[in-house]
Amino acid sequence: MSSARNDGDSRIALLVVLAVLVALPSFGSEFFVEFVVTRALILGLVASTIVFLSAYGGMVSLAQLLMYGVAGFVIGNCVPEANNKGLKLGLSPWVAVVAALVVTTLVALVLGALSSRTFGIYFLMLTLTYAVIGYYVFGQVATISGFGGITGLDPVSVFDGPVRLYYIALALSVLAFIGFRMVRRTPFGVALEGVRDDPVRMASLGFHVPLHRAMAFTLAGFVAAVAGVLNVWWNGQIDPNTVSIGATIDLLIVAVIGGIGRLEGAWLGALVYVAANNYLRDLPFADSVGLTEARFNTVVGLVVLAIVVLSPEGLTGLIDRARSGAKRRPVISSGGSSAPPDSAVHTSVPNTS
Amino acid sequence: MSATWRRRLPAIAVGAPVVFVLCWVLFLASGTPAGTAVEEPGEFLVTLLDGVTFAGLMFVVASGFTLIFGLMRTVNMAHGALFLLAAYIAIELQQKMAGKSRNLEPEDVSIASWVVPMLVGAGVAAVLGVVIQQVFLRWNQGQDLRQALITVAISVIVADQLLARFGGLAQRMIWPEAVTHFIEIFGQRYATSRLFMLGVALLVGALLWLWLNKTRMGLVIRAGVDDQAMVRALGINITAVFAVTFFVGALLAGMGGAMGASFAGVAPGADGQWLLNSLVVVIIGGLGSIKGAAAGSLLYGLVVAFSPAYLPNDYTFYSIILTFALLAVVLAVRPYGLFGRVE
Repeated sequence: MSSARNDGDSRIALLVVLAVLVALPSFGSEFFVEFVVTRALILGLVASTIVFLSAYGGMVSLAQLLMYGVAGFVIGNCVPEANNKGLKLGLSPWVAVVAALVVTTLVALVLGALSSRTFGIYFLMLTLTYAVIGYYVFGQVATISGFGGITGLDPVSVFDGPVRLYYIALALSVLAFIGFRMVRRTPFGVALEGVRDDPVRMASLGFHVPLHRAMAFTLAGFVAAVAGVLNVWWNGQIDPNTVSIGATIDLLIVAVIGGIGRLEGAWLGALVYVAANNYLRDLPFADSVGLTEARFNTVVGLVVLAIVVLSPEGLTGLIDRARSGAKRRPVISSGGSSAPPDSAVHTSVPNTS
Repeated sequence: MSATWRRRLPAIAVGAPVVFVLCWVLFLASGTPAGTAVEEPGEFLVTLLDGVTFAGLMFVVASGFTLIFGLMRTVNMAHGALFLLAAYIAIELQQKMAGKSRNLEPEDVSIASWVVPMLVGAGVAAVLGVVIQQVFLRWNQGQDLRQALITVAISVIVADQLLARFGGLAQRMIWPEAVTHFIEIFGQRYATSRLFMLGVALLVGALLWLWLNKTRMGLVIRAGVDDQAMVRALGINITAVFAVTFFVGALLAGMGGAMGASFAGVAPGADGQWLLNSLVVVIIGGLGSIKGAAAGSLLYGLVVAFSPAYLPNDYTFYSIILTFALLAVVLAVRPYGLFGRVE
């Protein structure tokens, strides 16, 4: 009962957040919309694929940023207006977008199939290896990029302009959020959660475990590719540093800050990360305790360390805990008859699905 | 018939590429930077030595990584950060011992002013490793993802502090004068310092083997790898063994750091690179197996050395793709690596 009410509450909260985001360009500053929120939406979209794989499939993947980069490099190699790097295939921008999504999805399929029989921490290391090898491929193979990268990539004209880009990023984020939640209710999603919880039992029930894992990885790769296209449009360029090991770890950090068990945590973590990156130096006390912009990574590392040590469910876990704590007090003061204390405790358990 | 084929498939998947690569290197590789091995035996031997010596360095680093994982199931993502920390400390100490910080030449470096900085740097890394283990990892034993995330956070902090302290420029340690010579191999000059590095790696490997196979503590560690609960039940203080193992694992990362700093220099980013090297080695060889670390380093080292030398002239920058191909073939045939065990 109380968990049903909680679901309704979070739906209302999400709708309020959505309404604020839709209205944001009319009252937020241009800088805030373009460089903080749009960036956070794109980063959140790719981080949500980490959360999807982790929460529904039990796979913590570090290759998601690579998928996002692959999509960007495909666009860079396809469109004609890019600078003299890349293949310069001279395709129309829309064809380039389709090519980026198709190629990235295929890459995800191959990598997913290769890693579909590895589990747990082994999977994490394997995908990290993909990510770093991908970085060197784009860095060293000069015909498709080289370390300098490809510049001069404009969005498709329909989406040109910060506000339009903001709305498309918002729309796609909402779509991905709803889509991932719907996937969970399909037979595929249910089987995937079964695979997460007990692969051996699922296999003996006749489910093809590696196939389900590879398919989930492919789907996540597709969504990451969408984010990668947005990133190229937002950034106007793509270079191997986009998929460097540092950036890969940063994306994992975004997912961890938000809470790796909850989809909405991806965007929350991204917003916190991007905002910290932009505004940390403006804090009044920052200089006096040695928090300069240059030591941003130390601050981020300490924050992540604190989160992982104190609240592994991240910020969404903290919010859940605060809410269930607030609810619990009236229940207990009313004599404990309306709900046993157990159910209040139950809502504070992180919703891993 | 078809069942036989299925059973033979892994052997074919491995055998065919191996045969092709051998033929290519021996007879067909005329349009490559190195030339065919039959016509240019010197180039071939030098490439082989490059691969084996680099493999030695990778073995030192990766064996520490795999030792920690094998016993504790902890993936130490800060392994590269420990490598870099030890490298910087060793470089600074060597400059102090040699009495000058610029233009250090091999003539200024005695054996002692290479060995002592290496051991001190590795020791600092080892102590930091034990501190990490005692403060952050001891109480969440078994939660492998959480431990990986904790060590990720630590590696971010350490790397950033090293950047603040030692700057962004590449620095290197100098090999001692006694080992800085050149020898002739089929008309090719070859640096003895690389052979020295291989010697150090072999010494480390031998000591590790003796420790794990001929001492009581090694016995406990090997038993702990197999069945931790049983070792505990026999009344052995495995928590202390964990601390020692983490010490040795981090020490190996640190020794690798000093060797790597002498071999190719270090700069910010070397931590990620060496974490990657360790990962590739243990993924190929199998997590937790020292034998696997040796086999994985050798395979990976040979691919890294041979691919730029024996790819056709215009395509040498595709060599990184061969690393991936090696990984793909091994994983397709043995998902848990050559010597890995399914849990």
